[in-house]
Amino acid sequence: MINRIPIDAVGIQERVTRICTRSIKRESKLQALDLALRMMDLTTLEGSDSDGKVRQLCNKALLPYTELPNIPSVAAVCVYPNRVALAKNILKNSSISVASVATAFPSGMSSLQIKLDDVEYAVSEGADEIDMVISRGAFLSGEYTKVYDEIAQIKQACGSAHLKVILETGELGSLENIRMASDLAMKAGADFIKTSTGKISPAASMPVVLVMLQAIRDNYNSTGVKVGMKPAGGIRSSKQAIQYLVMVKETLGIDWLNPSLFRFGASSLANDVLMQWVKEKTGRYQSLNYFSND
Amino acid sequence: MDKQTNHTASQSNTMNSIPKTYKNYINGEFPRTESGRYYSVKDPSDKHIANVGLSTRKDIRNAVQVARKAHGAWTDKTAYNRGQIIYRIAEILSGRREQFIHEMVLLGYTKQAAEQEVNACVELIVYFAGWTDKTTQVFGSINPVASNHFNFSRQESIGVVGIICPETPSLLGMLGLLLPNMVAGNSQVLIASHQYPLPSCTFAEVLATSDVPAGIVNIITGIKTDLIPSISQHMDVDLLVGDESLDTNFRNMCELESASNMKRVYFWKSFISLDELNSTPDKTIANCLNSLKDPYHILYVQEVKTTWHPVSE
Repeated sequence: MINRIPIDAVGIQERVTRICTRSIKRESKLQALDLALRMMDLTTLEGSDSDGKVRQLCNKALLPYTELPNIPSVAAVCVYPNRVALAKNILKNSSISVASVATAFPSGMSSLQIKLDDVEYAVSEGADEIDMVISRGAFLSGEYTKVYDEIAQIKQACGSAHLKVILETGELGSLENIRMASDLAMKAGADFIKTSTGKISPAASMPVVLVMLQAIRDNYNSTGVKVGMKPAGGIRSSKQAIQYLVMVKETLGIDWLNPSLFRFGASSLANDVLMQWVKEKTGRYQSLNYFSND
Repeated sequence: MDKQTNHTASQSNTMNSIPKTYKNYINGEFPRTESGRYYSVKDPSDKHIANVGLSTRKDIRNAVQVARKAHGAWTDKTAYNRGQIIYRIAEILSGRREQFIHEMVLLGYTKQAAEQEVNACVELIVYFAGWTDKTTQVFGSINPVASNHFNFSRQESIGVVGIICPETPSLLGMLGLLLPNMVAGNSQVLIASHQYPLPSCTFAEVLATSDVPAGIVNIITGIKTDLIPSISQHMDVDLLVGDESLDTNFRNMCELESASNMKRVYFWKSFISLDELNSTPDKTIANCLNSLKDPYHILYVQEVKTTWHPVSE
């Protein structure tokens, strides 16, 4: 069903290294910061998440930095299913989507029925986007059909909600597996493919994301369908974020430099982007003391 | 030594001894400047001695970033241990005495003045090493209050400090501003003397071998008028310490820019001109040492925390 495509790991690394040396001038940097902010999925996925924390995150999504009210708002807020209703309520009059992880996140170790229920619950609470995890155990045992069927059924359960498929690349072992899982997820109906849950290390890395972007490109060339990409976990600095944007632009072209086709899953990245933003506007290097903790 | 080699920082041009590149000291490493640019340090007869890094705001940015990160590693140590580490600086500095004297002489010091200054530096370090575990005892207090509370105050570090070193005395002036901050538990970014930077750069090598955690002391060289605006505008710097010899306009600018994040700003007196140093080294260095041996300098670069602890009657 899905071909195993050999990946030149050395070539990928080489390409990434070259992408990281692109010189970004001030004008482009400002545009990139603006874009990075608009592409962000502000995320809180802790067992300790309270209503208060989710409320604060949503307010930050609406107005990232009070002293500069014309800063763009982020793309989405990403929470656990039982916080979706609250987030949706706060964000209902805005353009910000509510994304929810589901399918026994982060391990995916449960029955298909429970996963489907999980998704239906999140959607009924108002989630606009569902971040599902694939069954890595099944994938690594070669049960590709099972993984494919799961994704396809969950896609159905999502209804009109967008489906992001988390591959958890840190557990897949090789770039070949990552490429194969990407192809499989896209065939099964993913709207986005996403690197990681953020719960295990290594999370998103540039070589992994490049392989996934190439899978998206090949999929587009053969089917004409534009699938989105979401790296998550481990992207903390604006500099990294800009390097990712360069990679997207050079692999997929300008169409993907758009929040509807590319997202950053992050929590601490937002503050760094804001700090760089304010630095560019005021000329003063900033301190984390003056930016909210979430 | 022939006449030409007199004027290089490396003593001779033979293969046994190669010229040294003087670089910044950031995070326990010796990186080149972000700009990759250098300036020429000259002796009094205008002959080239060495190339020294011409830093920019980006070097300040990097240094402040690591100083902030490292701060906890310094305050987490016991006061006693900090004293041991500072004392260790004196041990290593003392062992490199000849190198410092050599560099000072190249810059125009008389041999006698250079020796006296290095001796004074060792003495000052040992003096401040003793203060680490005594500041709380001397400056802390138990305060009388009109309620059932045990009320006490103690000193804590401020955080990241920007230090603008005087031109001369090139090493003693720097240590006079640096040591109280180290005792206080702060982490610092120093802008070294512009005209006489060699002893500051070599002092970085002393720090690198003295058990001082990486990032606690960072030393940047360059043109002060380029660097002072960046550091005084930086929102993550909590305190600026400089010398009274700094141009009035720049002192005013430091004060104004520091208002952005309410930095505290202090100017102390440690400056002695090279002429004074060379003509009356005994008197000037003794006076300078005397004024720098002031435990109140530690108090000025700390914050006071007062605790109200409930007690029963």
